[in-house]
Amino acid sequence: MTFIHRVEIIITNKKGVKDPEGETIHKHLILRKGYNVVHNVRTGKYLLLTVSASSEEEAVNIVKEMCEKLRIYNPVVHDIEVRIRG
Amino acid sequence: MVKVAVLKFPGTNCDEDVHHVLKNVFFVDSQIVWYKNFSLNGWDAIIIPGGFSYGDWLRAGAIAARTSAIEELINARDIGVPVLGICNGFQILVEAGLLPGALLPNESGRFVCRWVRTYVERPRGPWLSLTTEGYEIHMPVAHGEGRYYIDEENYQNILLKSPLIRYAKGDNPNGSVYDIAGVASEDGLILGLMPHPERSSEDLLPPRGFRPGGRIIFESLVYSLKRGW
Repeated sequence: MTFIHRVEIIITNKKGVKDPEGETIHKHLILRKGYNVVHNVRTGKYLLLTVSASSEEEAVNIVKEMCEKLRIYNPVVHDIEVRIRG
Repeated sequence: MVKVAVLKFPGTNCDEDVHHVLKNVFFVDSQIVWYKNFSLNGWDAIIIPGGFSYGDWLRAGAIAARTSAIEELINARDIGVPVLGICNGFQILVEAGLLPGALLPNESGRFVCRWVRTYVERPRGPWLSLTTEGYEIHMPVAHGEGRYYIDEENYQNILLKSPLIRYAKGDNPNGSVYDIAGVASEDGLILGLMPHPERSSEDLLPPRGFRPGGRIIFESLVYSLKRGW
């Protein structure tokens, strides 16, 4: 029995890889408007997939494997998070 | 003497072109003003030129729209100073809520750079005062995020009561809804458009089959500032 699951992929630059877009949004918009409680901004890319699988765990595993095989992210510079959309 | 401010942000790159056209083609006194030094006092009109303010980060125009220069424009929208936003300037006006709708990445996913035919609907206000209904304006576009979007309800209730610039049939370069190239406030005082009038105000510039259409926008301003609109 398979079900449709919604799976999210979030790709961000690794710690240590500069993110000028995030820095600009942080410095020129957020801090300038007084949100000093915000210490850091990292931008990224978001993908939402609908996946047929027998369980949430299987859906996540399929997507994780796909991300590696198709190089959806670049492991040299990116971190990736794959999770079920709540 | 009429004085026009050309507002410059980090990443603006069409300021010199707009300044050149105002000064050398239409003999209008204009000044490029760095956004931090901008104040509304003393200007007869304000032009926000094209470019890539703040690197187009977050969304094109989104960060410039939250600067004090633009907030001053938002607070002063009723004092009657004409404002023109070209390309990235249009994106800034839309992000600031001074004009309705939104500008999204082109349907093609590509940067598009070519001449297009546009036409005017319901001309009103200082930027279109010398045009008439259906007046054709030829200008080049050069943008990656120019796909205008507005929902059906606001299109009916706001845009169809305001001056509009549309791409001619078959000339929509970016997938904008209703072929919209430019929109204005109901009174036409604030106009934003994706095509570049400053790149189409001299006879040398248009390719075969096109005319320097952008002239009419600056001519309208000069005329209107003298005679009213």
